[in-house]
Amino acid sequence: MKKLQSENIHFWQGTEACAEAALKAGCRFFAGYPITPASEIAEHLARRLPQFGGIAIQMEDEIASIGAVVGASWAGFKAMTATSGPGFDLMQETIGWAFMTETPCVIVDVQRLGPSTGQATKCGQGDVMQSRWGTHGDYAAIVLAPNSVQEMFELTIKAFNHAEKYRTPVILLADEIIAHMREKITVSSTKGIRIIDRRKPKSCDKAFFGLEEIPSMPAVGEGFNVAVTGSTHDAYGIRFTADTQVHRQLVERLNNKIQNHVADLSDVETYNIDNCEVGIVSYGCTSRATYETVEAAENKKLKVGYARLRTIWPFPEKIVRRLAETAEKIIVPEMNLKQIFYEVERASRGKADVISLNKIGGGELITPEELLKKIMERTKN
Amino acid sequence: MKTEVRISGLGGQGVVSAGQILGRAAVYDGKNAVQTQSYGAEARGSAAKSEVIISDNKIGFPAVRKCDVLVAMSQEALDKYVKDLRKNGVLIVDSTYVKKIPKTKICKKIPATEEAEKIFKAKMYANMLILGALTKIIGISEKAVERAIEDTLAKKVVNTNKKACRRGRDLPQ
Repeated sequence: MKKLQSENIHFWQGTEACAEAALKAGCRFFAGYPITPASEIAEHLARRLPQFGGIAIQMEDEIASIGAVVGASWAGFKAMTATSGPGFDLMQETIGWAFMTETPCVIVDVQRLGPSTGQATKCGQGDVMQSRWGTHGDYAAIVLAPNSVQEMFELTIKAFNHAEKYRTPVILLADEIIAHMREKITVSSTKGIRIIDRRKPKSCDKAFFGLEEIPSMPAVGEGFNVAVTGSTHDAYGIRFTADTQVHRQLVERLNNKIQNHVADLSDVETYNIDNCEVGIVSYGCTSRATYETVEAAENKKLKVGYARLRTIWPFPEKIVRRLAETAEKIIVPEMNLKQIFYEVERASRGKADVISLNKIGGGELITPEELLKKIMERTKN
Repeated sequence: MKTEVRISGLGGQGVVSAGQILGRAAVYDGKNAVQTQSYGAEARGSAAKSEVIISDNKIGFPAVRKCDVLVAMSQEALDKYVKDLRKNGVLIVDSTYVKKIPKTKICKKIPATEEAEKIFKAKMYANMLILGALTKIIGISEKAVERAIEDTLAKKVVNTNKKACRRGRDLPQ
């Protein structure tokens, strides 16, 4: 036991790991409104942020919370909010504003079971498409999905790094099970963790909204003359609400700065994807059934491979296509009604049968037995 | 080796904190552990359960389907979950509340709530008496359990909880 008394090994709840990772990533501002199952993140940061000279504030609702977060980001802070489905709904308008104004920030959505108030204390994965298409207009989203307490830590740091590097809002799409479970976690020393900070402008810089793929970003109070608007603007932040070219240039650049970097953003755990008869594509809590299922299938002399998505958006098409090229059939287990299924089908281009396995209600996980049964059914189709 | 434990009872009996301390102690003993929990919308009196999986290897599926140890702190919990106990599994009950026990199982009866009231003047220590017995059965070191209690509970109650846990551990097996 003595060896393990090292400060680096903990038994943390997912929410706790997320909050501690935010601190490690340099987050010094949190604004939120309590909601099951995300409240523990706010509680933890309310205790911890002041110890780091940071600010944690409870706002009057989720609309104000995300507003405070984008404001803090323009004041130079790394900033975060945490919510669940109903609160994530309310934040969508400002998430669009953050995308359009290239405001780095992290939004944690701990998914619960909707629609609406649904089963508020139970787990679901129903916000997958919302995390991609929640706000209006053409935009690109970066969405990460952890499947362990360890990854609640690692992907929170990654979310901040992506936000700062690409100057865009990033969504950590967690779920009730991963957020509320407690698990062993190893935290490497600060030296071992790579932290990215947004690029600051030189004193002569003026174009904070263009000319480069990812422009530098000044903070309020640094002496730069900067207008920040959600309306279409040119490289200097000047509004152009009728000019076709300015709009095309801006919105295409905002999309391309993410879509052109899918290779950098893709983060997928794979196993046997080039040598399997059946494939599994999974993410979040549902993916925890995969490991035992693969073992059980291998005992029955069936080769199973999987792609487990840590990055959901942009969708890692190439890896899924590779899996489709070898597997006869791909199973997509989800605690929703086919949200990633169609993406897998599209990426597979008819090269494999894509079969859904869906379960909603009561927060019940898809079990390894259920997944194995679906795999073994393969000869019947 | 993998041990799956379900601790069940009513909200307010401390089944979640017992599970939390058990999982943490297992990690302090160098093992992997996952703990999950579920409880009703009411804080007290509704059904509550906490599940802990302890393993030398990486843990995949985090929920318990069949358990090696079932702790039942209420009759309702026993009736509901006894079917999930493995054949050679161990049943631990708080015999203050659980009276009807199936005969075929390996069973450890601890009058935890009675003892807690008698010795510590509060029912709330019943979960620690159970935890003491439980950790002894599944081979978690006393040192790890005590450190887990220190790291989980509020300072002012740590000593009494440790005492209650030690008492549970010292009960004849």
